[in-house]
Amino acid sequence: MTDASLAPSRFSGTVARLWLAASRNKRLLLGGSILVVIIALAVFAPLIAPYSPIQQDMQARLQAPSWAHWLGTDHLGRDTLSRLLFGLRPSLISGVAAVMLATLFGSLIGVAAGYAGGVFDAVVGRIFDLLVAWPAIFIAIGMILIIGPGPVGVVLAIALSELPVFGRVARAVTLANLNMGHVEVARSMGASPARIMRRHILPFTVNPLILQFAISAPAAVVAEAGLSYLGLGSQPPNPSLGMLVSDAQLYLSRSAYGAVFPIIAIGLLVLSLTLIADGTQDILDPRRRRQLR
Amino acid sequence: MSPLLELNALEVHYGRVQAVDGVSIRIEAGETLGLVGESGSGKSSIGRAVMQIAPNSGGEIHVDGRLVSTSDRASLRQLRKTAQMVFQDPYGSLNPKMTVGAIVAEPLEINGVGTRESRARRVRELLAEVGLPEDAGDRHPHEFSGGQRQRIGIARALAVEPRLLILDEPVAALDMSIQAQILQLLMTLQKRTNIAYLFIAHDLNVVRHVSRRIAVMYLGSIVEIGPSEQLFANPRHPYTRALISAIPSIEPGKASSRQILKGEIPSPANPPSGCRFRTRCVFARERCAAERPVLRQAGNTQVACHFWEQIASTTGDAIKIEERL
Amino acid sequence: MSTPLIEARNLRVAFAHSDGEKFAVRGISLSIARASRVAIVGESGSGKSLTALALLRMTPPGSYISADALRFEGDNMLALDEKQLTAIRGRRLAMVFQNPMSALNPVLTIGQQIAEQLRRHLGMERKAAEARALELMSLVEISDPVRRFRQYPHQLSGGMQQRAMIAIALACNPDLVIADEPTTALDVTLQAQIMALLSRLREELGMALLLISHDLGVVAETADHVHVMYAGQIVESAATLELFDNPQHPYTRALLKTFRDLEGPVGVELTPIPGVPPTLGRPIAGCPFEPRCRFATDRCRAEAPALRTVNTDHQAACHFAGSFSAEVSHVPAA
Repeated sequence: MTDASLAPSRFSGTVARLWLAASRNKRLLLGGSILVVIIALAVFAPLIAPYSPIQQDMQARLQAPSWAHWLGTDHLGRDTLSRLLFGLRPSLISGVAAVMLATLFGSLIGVAAGYAGGVFDAVVGRIFDLLVAWPAIFIAIGMILIIGPGPVGVVLAIALSELPVFGRVARAVTLANLNMGHVEVARSMGASPARIMRRHILPFTVNPLILQFAISAPAAVVAEAGLSYLGLGSQPPNPSLGMLVSDAQLYLSRSAYGAVFPIIAIGLLVLSLTLIADGTQDILDPRRRRQLR
Repeated sequence: MSPLLELNALEVHYGRVQAVDGVSIRIEAGETLGLVGESGSGKSSIGRAVMQIAPNSGGEIHVDGRLVSTSDRASLRQLRKTAQMVFQDPYGSLNPKMTVGAIVAEPLEINGVGTRESRARRVRELLAEVGLPEDAGDRHPHEFSGGQRQRIGIARALAVEPRLLILDEPVAALDMSIQAQILQLLMTLQKRTNIAYLFIAHDLNVVRHVSRRIAVMYLGSIVEIGPSEQLFANPRHPYTRALISAIPSIEPGKASSRQILKGEIPSPANPPSGCRFRTRCVFARERCAAERPVLRQAGNTQVACHFWEQIASTTGDAIKIEERL
Repeated sequence: MSTPLIEARNLRVAFAHSDGEKFAVRGISLSIARASRVAIVGESGSGKSLTALALLRMTPPGSYISADALRFEGDNMLALDEKQLTAIRGRRLAMVFQNPMSALNPVLTIGQQIAEQLRRHLGMERKAAEARALELMSLVEISDPVRRFRQYPHQLSGGMQQRAMIAIALACNPDLVIADEPTTALDVTLQAQIMALLSRLREELGMALLLISHDLGVVAETADHVHVMYAGQIVESAATLELFDNPQHPYTRALLKTFRDLEGPVGVELTPIPGVPPTLGRPIAGCPFEPRCRFATDRCRAEAPALRTVNTDHQAACHFAGSFSAEVSHVPAA
């Protein structure tokens, strides 16, 4: 039943209810807090970072954490903390932006394929199968060959490799809803296919897609870190978390700090996203909701 | 004056299955025709074919004298302004993500009728007309009961002011006391607006109550059609007789004189030759397998049976067709 | 007089919910004698199906059953453990469900499903069980039983599936068969066949039948005694003829009137019961039917009416029970 104190508007019922549930969910709260902190650090990096991330100081190479350099320095004397703060950006952007692209295009293609059926659906299905079969690495290398190394290539590669998942989710929802009474009703009233897809199918894809987004995001962050580690992402001297790890790897015997901190950062980011994913599932997935009661 | 709806030898085939095999019907303005049949009779397919959501595999559909054809877009537009459908399932036929107001206004939007304000006003009118509270428009379907949802479906169908409403099992999913409420609503609406109904149902009592004329269908064709009182008082087709006698009744003693059909309805993909009812008919003869009966005049009803006269001369309920007795 | 097969006193079924308990069955009492034909009639939300499930202790997860007494052939059903209950279900107490497609196991042939009952409960050998299963299939009028024995439920029509379910229920010759809306999903001509079959078998095998239905006509033809349920309570209980001739609860009267109106000719004004039945919920202070009752008074809102005897073997839970005349629309003197 709707809460009598809410003003009647199109959205307030569902959104308010979800917000209420969200604020009670421990996983969402914890994951959300960590993520908010990480985002804030990344956004305000230029203001917080004590040094420029690319400024070298050959006198202060591979130092352990000290008051001057809270997290120590790397092999070129650059401040690890500053590089880490700036390095958060590619991880966040690539991870999140890539998945957003995948969601947008995947769902549009998936709904169209599900609705149209026939040859179009079959062709799309096979393309999806191909993309799923190839690891993101190969797609990334392919991208790099075409457009050269850099964050754009990484984002596109991750987006392409995640796209089929979203496409399939959207397609499944479409197929399930095509048989629903209200779709038939709309057809009997003379609704165009565009209208049917927009009003009678797309709204049902929202929840499953949000769920999928939450699940894919941490994977995307890890993928980005891996690709940067291989040198395919942000190019030197611009930092990214993966690159920090690969740089530090060569000097592990002399100083482990260079690797430990970016790894912890990646871990925290993935942890927060995973907590958010679990929390979102608790709220949105009707089966999980029943278990919780 | 051409009839509001006219079906000429309509056929509906889903692949190999002949759901409707040559049905002709006329409905005049303001009248109610009941279409009765069990599963596999094809009655729902007729309604859906008229609304263009089932294939029109043969025959013709005329609305207000105009032939409805998929190649004639204008005829389709006119169809949708003249005829609307109320669906069976009050739960599946309403989009749970839309507000009731949006659902009821949708036919107006699709047909480009009016402005946003005028549509909102019309929605409020319609909700009041079907007996729903004023604020219903802002709420979502899941907040309403089955009977109320069916009212929403009726309001939606009335939005474009159609002159014919095709009701496909409108009360089948509802409790009896709610059924009565909805039927009462439909009858009041008809009295006020002179709207015509094609009332499709499997429940004979319900159909009888709202229809002046009833057509009984079996496996894709009409076996008997005539004024409802006549049909009930003096059913001529063996299937109609069995159907009427099968209705459970509170009157004591009815059960023992019931005519119980043997066997089950054959598959519509593989109908019997000749008269399709012959496999379950006690009166079946050779001619029934060889020649398919057409509707012929029998008093003021029409019957599709070769031997209706001979059958009619035997008294109704006294026949015990039940095999074992 | 022998012990009644079923004796239930003050049976309650409730569901745990985030905002407290919600009652679906609010304290009903009934007894079913051997070889009797009893019906519980009510609309959706009345709790009739849950009552049937409670008798078998098969209510859905998340629900609680409690009662002052719940006995089957003298055994206290509430005290039995799952092993003992499994021994009773199917063997002495069987159930026929509304939707055969969901009650039958889709991966076993129907012959196997019937035979399994015989082997599990009666310890029959495989060949003997299969032979008996074939007999049972003929008994329930499944045509061509030898061929159908090896068929799966989805290969059978709705009517056949229902007959198969009846065969499974009757396999071990139980003392009581509970049929929950057994023909609601079927066409009316099929309904007539199945109800005739059930009646005949009941007579031949001497079992008791508890029929749960919303259809007054089916109930009138099949039961000797009827309980009318509304909002989780029994509001009236009487022999069938007595109930239909002399209903003494406003709900029963209104239902009967609607039923008779619908049987009537075109154009007769229907006087439907206004409003909707209450949903699963909190305890109700007064009479549950009060909001929709044309005879309601303040007393009805404040005080819950107890079942009072109005005639031999006829009770009704209404403050005015006994004062209604045979004419269904008569208003009693205040």
